[in-house]
Formats: sequence, C-alpha cells, structure tokens
Amino acid sequence: MPGSLKFHQSALGKKVIMAASGIVLFGFVLVHMLGNLKLYQGAEKLNTYAEWLREMGAPLLPHNGAIWLMRVGLLVAVLVHVVSAYQVTRLSQRARPLNYKARQTLQATYASRTMRWGGVIILLFVIYHLAHLTWGSVHPAFIPGDVYSNVVAGFRVWWVSAFYVVAQMALGFHLYHGLWSMFQTLGVTAGDDRDWRRKFAVAFALLITLGNLSFPIAVLTGFVS
Amino acid sequence: MRLTLQIWRQKNADDTGGFSSYDVDASPDMSFLEMLDVLNETLTEAGEDPVAFEHDCREGICGSCCLMIDGRAHGPEPGTATCQLHMRKFEDGDTIRIEPWRSAAFPVLKDLVVDRVGLDRIVQAGGFISINTGSAPDANLIPVPRDKAELAMDAAACIGCGACVAQCPNGAAQLFAAAKVSHLALLPQGQPERDQRVLRMVEEMESAFGSCTNFAECEVACPKEISIEFIARMNRDYVSARLRRG
Ligand code: HEM
Ligand code: FES
Repeated sequence: MPGSLKFHQSALGKKVIMAASGIVLFGFVLVHMLGNLKLYQGAEKLNTYAEWLREMGAPLLPHNGAIWLMRVGLLVAVLVHVVSAYQVTRLSQRARPLNYKARQTLQATYASRTMRWGGVIILLFVIYHLAHLTWGSVHPAFIPGDVYSNVVAGFRVWWVSAFYVVAQMALGFHLYHGLWSMFQTLGVTAGDDRDWRRKFAVAFALLITLGNLSFPIAVLTGFVS
Repeated sequence: MRLTLQIWRQKNADDTGGFSSYDVDASPDMSFLEMLDVLNETLTEAGEDPVAFEHDCREGICGSCCLMIDGRAHGPEPGTATCQLHMRKFEDGDTIRIEPWRSAAFPVLKDLVVDRVGLDRIVQAGGFISINTGSAPDANLIPVPRDKAELAMDAAACIGCGACVAQCPNGAAQLFAAAKVSHLALLPQGQPERDQRVLRMVEEMESAFGSCTNFAECEVACPKEISIEFIARMNRDYVSARLRRG
C-alpha cells in the first residue's frame, strides 16, 4: 500500500536519522573541543579533567561507567549516520546515472559537494585519532593517563599535526553544510530572516574548527610544551 | 547573430545517441525555441530529421520546454522557462550546448524529449481532496489567512517542468514534490487528506528519484523560483504525518 513504508525505510526517514545522529555527534565534537581547551591550563588541569571523565557518575556508576555509556551512544550514532549516508547516496547514484557534458554548479557550496568524501576522511581520522591518543597504539611515547604529555609529544610530529589539521578542516566543512542541512531536514524553516540558519552553521562550524586547529598549532609553535 | 549549437541527437529510447553540431543564424529578438524552429526549418529543407524538442504554450506556464542549456536548466536567465528565454542573452559567435534532462526517472524518448511521467505519478499518488462539487461556492466562504494564501500561491506556481530534478546532482524531485505537497497543505481544503497525501507522495517520489542533500541547485534552476523552504515544510509534514500514523 502506498505510504506504508516504515520510517527508517524511507530516504526521508534516513535523512532525519542522519540529522538526529548528526546532532549527537555535533554535541560531542563541541564538548570535546571545549574540554580540550584545558590544554591551555596546563598538565594538571587537563589530566584531572581526563580522570574526572572516567570517574563521572560515581558512586552511582562504576569506574569508566559514564564514559562507556557515552562511547556506546557515540558508536551507535556513527553507525546509523554512516549507514544511512551510504544508503541515500546509493539511491541518488541510481537516480542520476548520467551527467551533463556541460556541467554547471549554480549555488551548491563546496561544503555540500564534499559531504560524502569529507565524511569518509572524518571516519578514517576518527579511527586514527583513537589509535593515536586513546589506545596509544600508533603513538611514539604513550603514557596511559598522562593526556597532556601524550598530546604534546603526539603533535610534535609535524606530519601527524598536518593530518589533524586537514581532518579538522574536513570536519569544519562537513559541520557547516551538515548543520544548515539539518534545519532543512528537520523542517525548521527560516521564515523572514532567510539567513539565520546559515549564520548558525557558520558560527558553530568555525568555533569548533578554530578550537580544534589551535591544539596542534599551539604545540608546533611551542606555545604549549 | 551566428551561433554554433551542440545538440544531443538520439533516434529513440534504445539509441545510444550523441552530440551533433549545427550552425544557425538567429536574431537577438528571437526566443530560444524560435531559434530552434529556424534550425529545424533548414534541417527539414535539407531533408534531414528535425531536432525533437517539447514545447506547448510558449508563454512560461505549461512547463514542457525542458532544455538543459550549457549545463543550466532553461538556460542562463534566472526565473525564466526556455520558451521565455531570448537570444539576446547570448553573444554572437557563442557555442551553445543543448542536452535533454538527465535522470533515471526521465528516459530520453527522442533527441531532447524526455518522459516526465514520473512527476505525474507523484501527483497521482497524492490522490483527491475532499471538497464539495456542484455549483460554485460563495467567494471567501472558507477564510484563508493572507500569508498562507500567498505561500500556497508561491508553491502552486510550479509548472512541473522537472528542472529541479534535471539540475539536481542527486536526481531528487524534492522541490517538485514539496511544492505540490505544500500548496495543498497550506490551505484549509487540503487538511482532511494531509497526512496520507504527504506519505504517499514521498513514497512515490522515492521510488523513482534520488535523495535530497540540500545542494539547493533546484531553487536556482526553477523557472518559477520556488524556494527550498518548501522542502523543509514537506519534511516537517512528512515527519509529523509519520508520528501520527505510526
Ligand atoms: C563528528 C562527526 C560527524 C558529525 C558531527 C556529522 C554531522 C552531520 C550532520 C549534522 C549532517 C546533516 C544531516 C542532514 O542532512 O540533515 C550530516 C550529513 C552527512 N554526513 Fe555527517 N557527521 C559526522 C561524521 C560523518 C561521517 C564519519 C560520515 C561518513 C563516513 C558522514 C557522512 C555524511 C554525509 C554523506 C552527509 C550528507 C547526507 C545527506 O545530506 O543526505 N558524516 N553529518
Ligand atoms: S512552452 Fe510552455 S512553459 Fe515553455
């Protein structure tokens, strides 16, 4: 029967799922960036903060309890986000098998045109980032629990920092289009001031990107050591 | 003015097709379609097959003049259907590439003519609205707030040409469907079947067209300059209909 598709089976439903999981991930990257600003308050503050993340919720939750709850939530968000992105991308590729000989882009932004590959870069980066600063498996001098020294030693390697910079720019573009797109997907119309959704997206994408970019740059320039 | 046209020629739906080049003399006062008429006259006189292209009203209201001109649906003039486009928008000596709409849902029938029945199917899926027929009702019997009426009219300006689909790198029909969904959803007469209509139209849309990523290319390509705000409205309608109907 027409109209009988389940929500998650429809492309529009998948987009809503992407927007919802996108909000979760956006909340994460925002808080993650703000938390990392403690780098500028010195080793003790940052390491205490990292320790607090593990103790959060005590005595209600066991050691590492809260952080694992969040990790599971984030993992689910990433999974549904990526799977839905893949599915709607396939739908679109089937719908538009041929391109024009004379191609023109009328107003689609660079950010909107790089959502898919930008997303892949972010995913690869996240895996590398976990191996680098969470597990320490690809870190030259990993000391469990000493977040400050891990960050500083990690970013002293210039090409590692360069990769972080590239990935954060990719995240910035993804967030810029993603946040704007999210309003469209969730049906938040702009009303009279057509631009407020763009302004919101620019502001938060810039805030997160500039914050994140500052960390490797601060280490490389010796501002943090 | 002397122009070179690179036109997609394709004998029928099964033919692979390709571009052919033609030189044509046109006057800046001609419409784009009149310029093609001139070309077709010379082709016919030379015993060649004229270029098939769709047209009907030639006054920008029927939506049949679907041409992709230099990669832009309906050509360079914003808010203008191909039939209302004039040759003065081009320069003497220009080369113009003319292609059919490209979408899996719009198979090429011949040359520049595509089958846009996929759009009709979306409207068909929307079904009827419950209003009493019979003698004409009194004007203003059903009050419609002015801002709603204006918005509904903006949506109803859609002429169903398919430029939105043609321009969309995703081959999505969101702008078309959103215009059709919104123009009824904004009016009192559209309320009884509102949920069912949006659910069915979206499902039909997704069976043939791509998924919107908010590139917003459609909005610029649309000869009626319909805003992508309507897409947000349709999304909202769809989600609330789903919530109400499970
Ligand atoms: C921190 C990580 C991420 C954040 C904050 C994020 C956020 C978002 C948001 C808010 C949207 C808008 C959804 C909408 O259109 O309503 C979006 C779209 C998208 N995301 Fe992400 N995302 C992240 C990671 C990823 C990853 C890892 C991938 C793929 C491997 C990805 C692929 C995509 C794609 C392809 C779209 C566009 C889909 C569409 O418009 O149809 N994202 N993202
Ligand atoms: S021919 Fe009718 S809109 Fe162009």
